Amino acid sequence: MGVDLSVQVGALTLANPIIAASGCFGYGVEYKDAIDLSTLGGVAVKGLFLKEREGHPPERIVETPSGMLNAIGLQGIGVHRFIREKLPELRQLGATVIVNICGSTLDEYVELARILSDAEGVAALELNISCPNIKEGGITFGCSLHGTFEVVSAVKKVTPLPVIPKLTPNVTDVASFARASEEAGADAVSLVNTFLAMAIDVETRRPKLSNIVGGLSGPAIRPIAVRMVYECRRAVKIPVIGMGGIASARDALEFIIAGATAVQVGTANFVDPFIWSKLLDGLTEYMRRHEIARIADLVGTIDTTAREKQWISS
Amino acid sequence: MLRDVEARVISNTRLSADYNVIALAAPDIAAEARPGQFVMVKSGRGGDPLLRRPFSVFEILRSNNHVEGLTLLSKRIGVTTTILFEAVEGDTISCLGPLGRPFELVDPPAEAWMVAGGVGLAPFATLAEALLARGTKTTLFYGARSGAELFYLDWFASRGIRLVLATEDGSLGDRARITIPLERELRDFGSRIPDPGSRPASDLPPSTDVMIYACGPEPMLEAVAHVASKFKRPSQVSVERTMGCGMGGCYSCVIPVRDSTAGAGSAHHYVRSCIAGPVFRGDEIAWD
Repeated sequence: MGVDLSVQVGALTLANPIIAASGCFGYGVEYKDAIDLSTLGGVAVKGLFLKEREGHPPERIVETPSGMLNAIGLQGIGVHRFIREKLPELRQLGATVIVNICGSTLDEYVELARILSDAEGVAALELNISCPNIKEGGITFGCSLHGTFEVVSAVKKVTPLPVIPKLTPNVTDVASFARASEEAGADAVSLVNTFLAMAIDVETRRPKLSNIVGGLSGPAIRPIAVRMVYECRRAVKIPVIGMGGIASARDALEFIIAGATAVQVGTANFVDPFIWSKLLDGLTEYMRRHEIARIADLVGTIDTTAREKQWISS
Repeated sequence: MLRDVEARVISNTRLSADYNVIALAAPDIAAEARPGQFVMVKSGRGGDPLLRRPFSVFEILRSNNHVEGLTLLSKRIGVTTTILFEAVEGDTISCLGPLGRPFELVDPPAEAWMVAGGVGLAPFATLAEALLARGTKTTLFYGARSGAELFYLDWFASRGIRLVLATEDGSLGDRARITIPLERELRDFGSRIPDPGSRPASDLPPSTDVMIYACGPEPMLEAVAHVASKFKRPSQVSVERTMGCGMGGCYSCVIPVRDSTAGAGSAHHYVRSCIAGPVFRGDEIAWD
């Protein structure tokens, strides 16, 4: 049985719902020896500012049970070098490029959107309004409903590209941020970014990260992320892109059934850069077993009706 | 070509209460690994530890011109190294590689001086073999806390590698940090060649009559790089920073390198030690 893995995110058609998550896949080209980038639904490249950024000093990551904290601080080459040095190769590799953009001000988001709209080979813009590791901008938009609305509407005005705000879980009610994004014209929302967290070395009493706090990712956060995707799915009509600790096809399916049209995979790629074909094979196997022809038909099909008692005759 | 291999443990030899050499059946990785490259090891099955850990390829195992696998030199410090210490023949360990920028080799008449501190011996067995295959005269400067933590001395000596040892307790070799005998020998070596004159070091191309390779704790690498610069000799150091992926994806293992090699004090920027390194020129890193 042939299966159709393609999904629609606004005007953008993805070959399949598996996207490499921003901040966990470099600029994509780093992984070209491990994976044919054209086989991915999308490649969300590392968050870009207008200018180059140095990021935080090490230590930048620390491992925690079933997860990791990071405080990289958005080290990056800036949008101009990205367009010059990385985008042509990504284009040549056939990647569906989702560019994650970060600004300190509204104007910077708008400027980034303008510049990238003129570049050849950008499929969509993901607005990073949720990085917990930088003080200025970014998350200050993502933690205010007004700020979220403002930045999404401003970017929408200047770009024909699909706009996908990436939401932070570090708010009381993430669904209201999905609604604010939808009202502002977002084509989709993606969630969750990392959970603000910290770890301490008790011997030295020092924080394990140079930035003191960082973002928690990995399987540890998955159940919370699934719940948040479920809440957002019920709050908005635009597609929800789910992420948070996905490390297997079953994990991805959990998000899809909860309401994610597509999913992003981040931390698991650090452990297994060959994970992508395993995820796609797993989705295909599941669809065949359940006789589902189009994965789009599986999105949000969670059955929450009361369970009937099942009597097992002895 | 990058590979992820579920490698069977061929053998696991304990060298001391903390050190072991584990042999893994990963022939395809071993056949392509160049001196200074590393593998990312995942020893646990589930979420603890979640991430892989980097290890230099220690030895390439061959029998009858056939590559059987590779070994890792490990010191029990954390969760992964404890699993590696306790692994038994027949266990499997996931091994991703080969990764990273290898050492640049030197040819005769230049000599190679390898400087190892503790578990920093790890990349030097493969480097020594590659250098000897080119006929390059090779010396191993090797320091540890005590003589009981200096391993594989016969392995190196039997291949014609000159050994210069130092221990912190004086139980073997100099009672000193390994950079002390290194500096002494560089001074002697320098007196055997014509005086390069009184120009400042930065005006001179480094002499390549000896290449210094170093691997060990970062303060030792810094000291080696400074000693090498002082005597106008090039150095290559293999660094180890907290690494998340080994492939340039996570940006955790960054190290500051100088924007130019104009000298100390110039601005620096972070590069990923997994793909720009782990081997760097000693004068490239902004140690301060």
